[in-house]
Amino acid sequence: MRIRVISSLIVLGSLIVATAALAAAPIKIGALFAVTGPASFLGEPERNSAKMVVDEINAAGGVKGHKLELVVYDTSGDATKAVQLATRLIKDDKVLAIIGPSTTGESMAVIPVAEKDHIPLISCSAGIKITEPVKRWVFKTAQNDTLAVGRIYQQLQKQRVRRVSILTVSDGFGSSGREQLKAQAARFGITVVSDDTYGPKDTDMTAQLTRIRGIKPDAIICWGTNPGPAVIARNARQLGLKIPLYMSHGVSSRKFIELAGDAAEGIRIPSGKVLVAGLLPKSDPQKKSLMTFVKDYQRHYHAEGDHFAGHAWDAVMLLKGAIERGGNSAATIRDQLEKTRQFHGIGGTFTYSAHDHAGLGKDAFVLVEVKGRDWVIVK
Amino acid sequence: MHRDLLKFMLFAAMILAAPLAFQGGYLMNVLVFVGINTMLAIGLNLLLGYCGQISLGHAGFFGLGAYLSGVLSTTYGWNPWQAMPLAAVVVGSLAFLIGFPILKLKGHYLAMATLGMGIIMYIVFNETIDLTGGPSGLSGIPNLSIGSLDFDSDVSSYYLIWSFTLATILLTLNLANSRVGRALRAVHDSEVAARVMGVNARLLKVQIFALSAVISSLAGSLYAHTMTFISPASFGFNFSIELLTMVVIGGLGSIYGSFLGAALLTLLPEFLRAAQDYDIIIYGGLLMLMVMFMPGGLVRGVPDLFRRLLKKGGDRHA
Repeated sequence: MRIRVISSLIVLGSLIVATAALAAAPIKIGALFAVTGPASFLGEPERNSAKMVVDEINAAGGVKGHKLELVVYDTSGDATKAVQLATRLIKDDKVLAIIGPSTTGESMAVIPVAEKDHIPLISCSAGIKITEPVKRWVFKTAQNDTLAVGRIYQQLQKQRVRRVSILTVSDGFGSSGREQLKAQAARFGITVVSDDTYGPKDTDMTAQLTRIRGIKPDAIICWGTNPGPAVIARNARQLGLKIPLYMSHGVSSRKFIELAGDAAEGIRIPSGKVLVAGLLPKSDPQKKSLMTFVKDYQRHYHAEGDHFAGHAWDAVMLLKGAIERGGNSAATIRDQLEKTRQFHGIGGTFTYSAHDHAGLGKDAFVLVEVKGRDWVIVK
Repeated sequence: MHRDLLKFMLFAAMILAAPLAFQGGYLMNVLVFVGINTMLAIGLNLLLGYCGQISLGHAGFFGLGAYLSGVLSTTYGWNPWQAMPLAAVVVGSLAFLIGFPILKLKGHYLAMATLGMGIIMYIVFNETIDLTGGPSGLSGIPNLSIGSLDFDSDVSSYYLIWSFTLATILLTLNLANSRVGRALRAVHDSEVAARVMGVNARLLKVQIFALSAVISSLAGSLYAHTMTFISPASFGFNFSIELLTMVVIGGLGSIYGSFLGAALLTLLPEFLRAAQDYDIIIYGGLLMLMVMFMPGGLVRGVPDLFRRLLKKGGDRHA
């Protein structure tokens, strides 16, 4: 009798342990963000929002009963470190997928590692080379520069503007924008009449703007990330330039208005919808995701959730979707990622396919303008 | 001399056996970069530690080697094994030519001139977009291979890189113990005295500068073919300073010191990752303590520390 009780207790015990182990087996996801260093303006919000959304998913019971476990490493924006840490995520932490890195340079360096070890990588950087040509294991959430340039040119075409001057920063972001600005101009009947660059750390761009003033273009397009474009806005105001000024999605945050002050007034940029989430019509398919994201981010970090944070949010949610549809290994997660259809995220509406691992369309960008020290949608 | 050879054999055996201890882990990948950094630190140490001439632009030579090798093999379809020596020859000759005017300068002026040289090279990598790919980098660089053996895994790259590093160590150890090495140290202590003794100090400095650039260029080529992607950010001023830190922390004028410095600066951040957000503070603090209490570098400081500890222990017993 006693033996039977003990043995049944043992069986029961082992059953409980087994089910607990099954339910608890977490799914490990790696993340590489440039939390420190020159690209920390990307990496920090990305890490914050990735952690936030993973916590929310786990609090709601995980994905199909599995908790998500996020392993984040800081690359400090260094390509060599990014490669070492990607190897660490794959070999030592044995993650099933990697989110990040934050910059195009790091992403390009990590791609060979992901391709070789067959681990899905969802990059949070914008460079067009990341997913073109399509690489089997590599996806991305940040909008291509192609789309941003297209959005500006579309507007210029509508206003019958033909002659533009471009002023771009000499880093990865700027040179990619410069390439696209020059390549797409002809398609919209636009000629680039002058092509100037400035250094990422320059503090005065009066020289370039004076030159541009002499050329008298119909519009100026400046491509860069903070603080350069704010300096350009101020310089243009000081020189009394009346030429319409367009900038890139690289400055799409309230920070830009803070930096440029009154000089920001009237400047137009193509931007992800997160910047004007509150102003979007209810019919917008992204509205629900955007409002959730903005509110959650505000609650957790008491800060404005920008589109950089959105890239990481999208990446985690895309993975969640892939796992829900049955992805349970690196290979099946990859296959399911590729089957993502009409996911309304922060950066836009994603539809991946075997030929498209960037997944976004023209509707990812809206044109916004600074009016009364705030961003408004240009109708 | 026999003892030196024995020491080298022991060191080489340790290096060759290391993969057995780290089987398959990511540390193998980090150790590959320890090898590359060791080569770079030795190159700079020849110049700074032995000859007493500072360079704040060595990341430029490193980058030039990487880009020459990368562009030749990727854009022009060269065999990497041909691109690598060509890059080394070009970088060496360039350094030889730059060396004559630059090495006439001393102290702060030399530091400034080499700093400028490094920054100019960085700007060239960054702005010649059609050739180097500019800030978004150059990708798709082929791996080195011998026959059907492709050096694309961590373990195979480890042996590839470390055979180059060990060869560099052997070469520089021999150089340091030869007549040239003694002449270098003489120039370090007093250039005038060295010249009085019949050392052609000017030519010697330029030759060492060129040799140091060749070693950096080889390290650069190896880096390019291992990473298969390069971008200018890896070859900027910050990296020149990191190299300088490796040499100083490891020990000026010591080949094994350069290895210790490179290993410490490459591995320490990996171990400190456990401290999460505080890693940078601990890292900086440790470096500061080492410079304060081990001015001769790790290679002299660590044995000193042991000796002092042993002595203390001995006193207590007595």
